[in-house]
Amino acid sequence: MSIFVRKDTRLLVQGITGKEGSYHTARCIDYGTNVVAGVTPGKGGQLFEEKVPVYDTVKQGVDETNANTSLVFVPPAFAAEAIIEAVDAGIQIVICITEGVPVSDAIKVCEYVNRSGARLIGPNCPGIISPIDKVKAGIMPGHVYAPGRVGVVSRSGTLTYEAVGQLTPLGIGQSTCVGIGGDPVSGSDFVDVLGLFEKDEATDAIVMIGEIGGTKEQEAAEFIQSNVSKPVISLIVGQTAPPGRRMGHAGAIITGTAALASSKVKSLEKAGAFIVPSPADIGTTTMEALSQI
Amino acid sequence: MKLHEYQAKALLSKYGVPVPRGEVASSLSEVRRIAKSFEGNCVVKVQVHAGGRGKSGGVKLVKDVDSAVAVAEQMLSGNIVTIQTTAEGVPVNELLIEEALDVTKELYLSILVDGGLGRVIVMASEAGGMDIEKVAEDSPDKILKEVIDPNIGLMAYQARNLSIGLGLDREFHSQFIKLLLGAFNAFIQTDCSLIEINPLVITSQGQLLAIDAKASIDDDALFRQKDESFNYDSRQELEIENLARASGLSYVKLDGDVGCLVNGAGLAMATMDVIMAAGATPANFLDVGGGADVNKVHKAVDILLSDSGVKKVFVNIFGGILRCDVVAEGIVAATKSRKTHTPPIVVRMLGTNADEGRKILKEAKIGVHLVNDFTEATKTIKSLS
Repeated sequence: MSIFVRKDTRLLVQGITGKEGSYHTARCIDYGTNVVAGVTPGKGGQLFEEKVPVYDTVKQGVDETNANTSLVFVPPAFAAEAIIEAVDAGIQIVICITEGVPVSDAIKVCEYVNRSGARLIGPNCPGIISPIDKVKAGIMPGHVYAPGRVGVVSRSGTLTYEAVGQLTPLGIGQSTCVGIGGDPVSGSDFVDVLGLFEKDEATDAIVMIGEIGGTKEQEAAEFIQSNVSKPVISLIVGQTAPPGRRMGHAGAIITGTAALASSKVKSLEKAGAFIVPSPADIGTTTMEALSQI
Repeated sequence: MKLHEYQAKALLSKYGVPVPRGEVASSLSEVRRIAKSFEGNCVVKVQVHAGGRGKSGGVKLVKDVDSAVAVAEQMLSGNIVTIQTTAEGVPVNELLIEEALDVTKELYLSILVDGGLGRVIVMASEAGGMDIEKVAEDSPDKILKEVIDPNIGLMAYQARNLSIGLGLDREFHSQFIKLLLGAFNAFIQTDCSLIEINPLVITSQGQLLAIDAKASIDDDALFRQKDESFNYDSRQELEIENLARASGLSYVKLDGDVGCLVNGAGLAMATMDVIMAAGATPANFLDVGGGADVNKVHKAVDILLSDSGVKKVFVNIFGGILRCDVVAEGIVAATKSRKTHTPPIVVRMLGTNADEGRKILKEAKIGVHLVNDFTEATKTIKSLS
């Protein structure tokens, strides 16, 4: 079994008629995802690509199609409301791709989602893909992924593709790949995903890709030490980033010694993770870790 | 978005936080006029987007008007270099002239987002005026924290906890609570990502005042924060970075000679790390973004090459949303429109339409070095001189 998305995932896409939403929904369907509904207020009644019904509200979509997972593509100013609308309609897993959501909105939304018992991934994330269950709820290029037994969790999109692009040719397939997003406040952190991979029978090892800024990697290291028995292979990027400057991602800024790549690597090393020395070595380090199981 | 000290103080003052009397000056005649109004007893402070000013001569206490003008002339004459700037420093265009105050106690106060908790927190310490990170490392027990529930906001009792924890005499509690609630409202109402008052002081007249203040507005919330007083001082940034921002590119200038053009922030950082590990040095961080078109890639190449320090270029693209053929067309268009010599370009393309992209580059005959992986890329980069 994969985590978050499965064969029984019934995906609803919020913002399905927009430029990004429509392009990526089509790619998700191509990959094998069961996209059951779309939502764009004011466009209810249309059919997306002549097969997916579009609704005005998430509640209508859920009532009609029993959607259980939502993928959010709406613009940043409306993303918070879209997530809350999905949760209120009974959606259990909300994946928010939108980049540029204000931090104060993210704080309120995360609090709301946690209280409701649903799960938020993102914002500002590439989404989730499970090559073993052939489900893609995100914007990643599906063809680089292959089914297998390694779980991947990352704060970055393209760097995940890079990691998988190194794993697949070595014959190392993936169970589920989760992008938690590059924002300082996000619905799911490394700790949440590591916990699920630890329990997941389809996953033997975990590749974790972190970066400068914040302390999510240190929290992950603490968690790994006491709660994760599977091997964790970890890469931290931004070793060469100057302090005080935002490196693209809103959360990628060195604001203190804990935010440095070196102190994150140190914590993970102490927790027993396999450290990937350079981004060029993700595949080979994983191979080495797997040979020790 | 960083604000200057005077902008941060104007914001705090609007929400009821007491700040010293003062005015901004950009000319010596203004400095003279303002210093006169304080009868020469004043502090002259450079207004720059970098910490560590005090230790670099950016804050001076003077006793008379002529000294204020002399100090100001010196400060306005060039860049200031602090531990937080590059070796070139940042330009000094404005000075804040404030009344000199007699201080009896210095404290630390800040409001920020704790990513791990996913909440806003208030931090306070009796170790005011010092580098707070050093305090956190050396004596963490000196840092007090209150975590804020997003649905409730800061409660007066939390402010009272801090006031008592700071060891303030009871006569200051109500002043402190009012000040902190004001600063917290400013933080929430204007979508700040940071407000830092260091030091927060008690004067000999028994008044609590924000003697220094830093504030940053969440870049992602600027669409709903259009207050005039937040005019961003783009002179604090390099022209090349301003140009990049205007083109919607995420770019940070660095000191090396290998220009980088990458899609995605994580991959861009990884690319810098790989270059460094190979013994070369990156000239910049550049994320063209997922939604780039040919025109945007063209602009990115132009901006990259406008840095005269760039001697070679590494383009590293993992096509996802962004297609490799689009990047290739952008590179071809940019190099063909150049009138001057183009430094050698090493290109690695994977993912969506990588083959098409490589074909376009090959057929354009612009002398691009195509490589397959990081190892080959760094080898090629190092072989080019």
